[in-house]
Amino acid sequence: MLITVTTTHQPATDLGYLLVKHPDRVHTFGMPTGTAYVVYPEADTERCTAALLLDIDPLALSGARTRRGGSGRGGNPTPDGFTLGQYVNDRSYAASSLLSSALSTVFRSALRGNSKDRPELAATAIPLELRVPALRCRGGAELTEKLFAPLGWTVTAVPIPLDPSRPDWGDSRYVDLTLTGTLRLADALNHLYVLLPVLDDAKHYWVAPDEIDKLLRAGAGWLAEHPERGLITRRYLAHRRALAGAALARLAEQRLADEPADPDSIVEAPDCGADEEAGLPATVDRQPLAALRRAAVLAALDSSGATRVLDLGCGGGALLTDLVKNRRYTEIVGTDVSSRSLTVAERRLRLDRLPPRQRERIKLWQSALTYQDDRLRGYDAAVLMEVVEHLDPPRLPALEAAVFGHARPETVVVTTPNVEYNVRYPGLAAGAFRHTDHRFEWTRAEFADWTGAVGAHYGYAVTISGVGADDPEVGSPTQLAVFTRTAPNPTPQPTDLGDAR
Amino acid sequence: MSTLDIPELALVALVGVSGSGKSTFARRHFAPSQVLSSDTFRAMVADDENDQSASGDAFDVLHYVAGKRLRAGRLTVVDATNLQQHARAGLVTVAREHDVLPVAIVLDVPEPLCWERTQARPDRTFARQVLGRMQRDLRRSVGRLEREGFRKVHVLRGVEEIEAAEIGYEKLFNDRKELTGPFDIVGDVHGCRAELEALLLRLGWTLHRDEDGRPVNATHPEGRTAIFVGDLVDRGPDSPGVLRLVMGMVGAGTALCVPGNHEQKLLRKLRGRNVTVSHGLAETLAQLDGEEPGFVAEISAFVDGLVSHYVLDGGRLVVAHAGLKAEYQGRASGRVRAFALFGETTGETDEYGLPVRYPWARDYRGSATVVYGHTPTPAPEWVNNTICIDTGCVFGGTLTALRYPSRELVSVPAAKEYYPPARPLAATPGGPASAAPDGAAGTRDDLGLDLRDVTGRRHLDYGYGTVTVPAENAAAALEVMSRFAVDPRWLPWLPPTMAPCSTSTVDGFLEHPAQALEDYRRAGVDRVVCEEKHMGSRAVVLVRRDEVDPAAPAAAGRFGPGDGVVYTRTGRPFFGGALDRALLARVRAAIGSAGLWAELDTDWLLLDCELLPWSAKAGALIREQYAPVGAAGRAALPAVLDVLAGAAGRDLPVADLRARMARRATDLDRYTEAYRSYVRPTDGLAGVTLAPFAVLASEGASHAGRDHGWHLALADRLHAADPELFTPTRRRVVDLADEAAVAAATDWWLELTGSGGEGMVVKPYAGLGARDAEGRLLQPGVKCRGREYLRIIYGPEYAEPDQLAALRHRSLGRKRGLALREHGLGLAALDRLAEGAPLWRRHELVFAILACESEPVDPRL
Repeated sequence: MLITVTTTHQPATDLGYLLVKHPDRVHTFGMPTGTAYVVYPEADTERCTAALLLDIDPLALSGARTRRGGSGRGGNPTPDGFTLGQYVNDRSYAASSLLSSALSTVFRSALRGNSKDRPELAATAIPLELRVPALRCRGGAELTEKLFAPLGWTVTAVPIPLDPSRPDWGDSRYVDLTLTGTLRLADALNHLYVLLPVLDDAKHYWVAPDEIDKLLRAGAGWLAEHPERGLITRRYLAHRRALAGAALARLAEQRLADEPADPDSIVEAPDCGADEEAGLPATVDRQPLAALRRAAVLAALDSSGATRVLDLGCGGGALLTDLVKNRRYTEIVGTDVSSRSLTVAERRLRLDRLPPRQRERIKLWQSALTYQDDRLRGYDAAVLMEVVEHLDPPRLPALEAAVFGHARPETVVVTTPNVEYNVRYPGLAAGAFRHTDHRFEWTRAEFADWTGAVGAHYGYAVTISGVGADDPEVGSPTQLAVFTRTAPNPTPQPTDLGDAR
Repeated sequence: MSTLDIPELALVALVGVSGSGKSTFARRHFAPSQVLSSDTFRAMVADDENDQSASGDAFDVLHYVAGKRLRAGRLTVVDATNLQQHARAGLVTVAREHDVLPVAIVLDVPEPLCWERTQARPDRTFARQVLGRMQRDLRRSVGRLEREGFRKVHVLRGVEEIEAAEIGYEKLFNDRKELTGPFDIVGDVHGCRAELEALLLRLGWTLHRDEDGRPVNATHPEGRTAIFVGDLVDRGPDSPGVLRLVMGMVGAGTALCVPGNHEQKLLRKLRGRNVTVSHGLAETLAQLDGEEPGFVAEISAFVDGLVSHYVLDGGRLVVAHAGLKAEYQGRASGRVRAFALFGETTGETDEYGLPVRYPWARDYRGSATVVYGHTPTPAPEWVNNTICIDTGCVFGGTLTALRYPSRELVSVPAAKEYYPPARPLAATPGGPASAAPDGAAGTRDDLGLDLRDVTGRRHLDYGYGTVTVPAENAAAALEVMSRFAVDPRWLPWLPPTMAPCSTSTVDGFLEHPAQALEDYRRAGVDRVVCEEKHMGSRAVVLVRRDEVDPAAPAAAGRFGPGDGVVYTRTGRPFFGGALDRALLARVRAAIGSAGLWAELDTDWLLLDCELLPWSAKAGALIREQYAPVGAAGRAALPAVLDVLAGAAGRDLPVADLRARMARRATDLDRYTEAYRSYVRPTDGLAGVTLAPFAVLASEGASHAGRDHGWHLALADRLHAADPELFTPTRRRVVDLADEAAVAAATDWWLELTGSGGEGMVVKPYAGLGARDAEGRLLQPGVKCRGREYLRIIYGPEYAEPDQLAALRHRSLGRKRGLALREHGLGLAALDRLAEGAPLWRRHELVFAILACESEPVDPRL
């Protein structure tokens, strides 16, 4: 909510000319989310400080966010979580894109480097000190150094404790940022204009394509050469991949140097604001394993001779895409408990654009593996690829009954992580699972026990293999079991002892 | 005048040429909605009721509508010429698909009259020879109708007969809804006459014997009626003796009997059909050799007269030998009979060469109780309101009777194994291994819930009201239920959301006791209890008296494996794992030392609680959502105040702004204090306490009808039993007419919230089930939250006059409606738990509560 700009250039009060704000007055500007003020707490010839204070009206802010709250609806369900974040938040206090907007409105000509009264001074580097007392900084205080130091600033970022009464809680995500250096005022303001929302990494408004122009305009002369331009561009454009790609391409043109923009870092950018620092086993490692796993599952299906198949827990439809390509599969059903996943799968498969005969092969159904579902009966094969570990162990019997007891396909292919292999992931903390939603990960012995018990109870023969590099000590990263039905009858259901029919 | 008898539920085809008066006949005898006329359907699909080219489509739609009506059990009359075999065949198919009897009523009118009537209609333009052709078709048809499958054919010849005819309705043979019992329903006897006599005597029946001492009838002093589920004969030592007794009882009206597959086969044998003599038929035939031919003939007649199944007690009870799925009950068709006698098979055979039976009971969702035999089982168990009472007497098991309506089981042991079973009489998984004890049967709930029980747009009439769950809410709930919730068997109830009290007009307050108390006074409540609102997380505790090793095989009982759960308001395990188990162990012990197991005569208890402190569950939320707001404000506001102090020192006009910012700083400090009071150090269970405020249910009982005095007294006893674990709930009982008490409650609230408390919940003293004068459910409670607490809900500065003024426009209607719906669903869920309803019936309500929670409602309420 506050930025101060101080100069010791003599006479310091010329700052008022550069900003076009008289130091002896209080300047007030109506903003969509509140009121912006410019006041000068000090203004003499030696030292002059202008403060931009944004007084946010919380009601206007929550009104500006028109989405209504409601837990668990679509998207990621947060059943025990809270959706009060839109009412109780730091936006009134922290520097954010709201402050950037205020900056561009209030200091419009200064941002452009124009000054009617002091044109030479506007073009001159002058000693400046900028302070942002509450800056939410995603990525830690070090990131401020990485972003501002290459631009010629001396950076002081003091972390703010989360709660002084709870020293054990450590520091908050906020820093008190002070930048000192000798720069043109316009450059200084543009740096803030772009980098405040980048550090905050949240935008209060919908990021439309014209944001690219805004970014390139404000970044003129410094962004193209900035070592962190990839991160800056992605975050500024709020992780919208297509926009970031376009902006980086245009930046590359500006640089004239024909260095390709780092394509990996764009691909890596999460779809939905997920924490990019949190990727556990390196993405590089996981991609091939996922592909290997799909190939292993497809091979198992292929040798089963199945033509009508179920992908239970199909998620975004990665396996479905492979299945669709193979014409032997005459009927392909993807099920997932998350309707959002099914929407993603539908988009990925481009269902709306398939010719009718292709379209008829594919069905996407919402279903839950803890409930029996008559629609799933009578198929040749079912795949449970990386699914069972997402259920609490006490709920596994329900899945077993629904899949092996009720749906009862001829073949069931199950894959799940081999927890023993986790020690081979350097990025994975000891004892941690590969995914935050994993409720368990099994050793090879545990997997063998489970598959054996399920097979015996429901009348399936089981073969187990591994997917991925077979480590002599810890085995393969993924375990795979193929269940083949041997008994006709679901459960030991009492049969009539004397049916005389 | 002749009366045409037709079954109450039938598909009636009118048969007659054009102009024979079918429509007039239909109008006179049936309601317009019962009559499906081909003319109407032709007009519907082609805008012209005479467009013969549209007949194909018209009959498609007609058959579809007829099917819908028949499925719902509604008499349907088809007004079409029905002169051609293919047209009639379509109707017979529709009737059979819905297991109703097809009936034909033929109107045979002299051709000249038909021609006269046809000519009188301007829209009928066909030539007279067409009519002649129709007449010839009619003549040919009449003799064929019965062979085509029409179970009754009434032919009315001439106008006079048609004019004089009246329709009479006859009940189906299986419809004995007027019989209300009480019944003693007896399982498969298989020639075990001695055991049958013993069982009847145990049940209090008096046996009547003939001069040879053979029992030929039985009567019950209380006028009970026996019902035999069939398979009286074969394998056992005295099938003729059993038949003699049962036939006598049926003849005397003291018993009903449905046929079993063994009677069916015996009858075929007696009629000289070629049947394989196996499965104990040989024994019966040998025993019958010694009987008089007259008795054997009586047996044939008796078995031939048996009706496949009975629908009894107003439709609440169905008895069939092998059970009967809901859509077949009260219907009549070959496949209904086949199902009733043999059950449904999958077409596969098991390792003993016996047919694999489709587990129809697992999918049963009907409202009638189904009692059946056919499949020997060591101990009868309720599965979705069905029970198999064949306990394998002839195989050395027991002979069992189910008393209805008390649902009590009574059995006598077999004197010996008369016949070796083809496959061992294995214990069903999850069932007790020993022979059936007398008393109530257990319930089998491990057979899986069906997706159809919960998904799609669902309309629920739950007794306290009705609710329609939109499909998208059900979809959202499915994800939560499936991915996060505890086993549905352990999730008998979910806490309803709670509405706040009406918005306060008291200066500076958004919520205030004055409104909370006034809300109830206005609803006609005279007495409420104000309970302190605990500063924790909702926790529902379902605990068994006996500790069970979670790894042990499933114990018999309502909830499946395990000995208890602690779950959140959305059904998630509270902490999960060992911590929950440790908590349960302490709760179990406290209930024991408070003597509640014995007092409530139960071996499990369902408690509604708050688990404290909030930080134990929501620590991450506090650190990641609430504390950062404080940190940001503490960094920003002092800097802002410094700037404004400087500006003020330069005589700039910033006094108002400065004052406002100073207030914001104060508000932020208060906000920080508010969230800090939810944080208390805990380590494992150390520091965690539980504040129970309602004892929701125990074996056979919902306690929704008890007043809050009762609930809180039990909570106090738990506190006394384990003061370290249980936190008592401070409260004030307030008579709303007593102004002094109202004022005292207000002071109490001010004091509570003034010292950092969250607020209070006001509830009708009468309890959870409290209703208003019109009999409508009352809100079970309204919350009245403290002024400081609300800062973490509405934002640190919500109490600023301008913000408060805006917030006072908050709308509570949606939240209240939701709270009431969820409450009613919860009460119904407790009722169904108490009455031992099948799992799917309990789960559909709990699921609906969760689905209601997907409604978009202001989360601050």
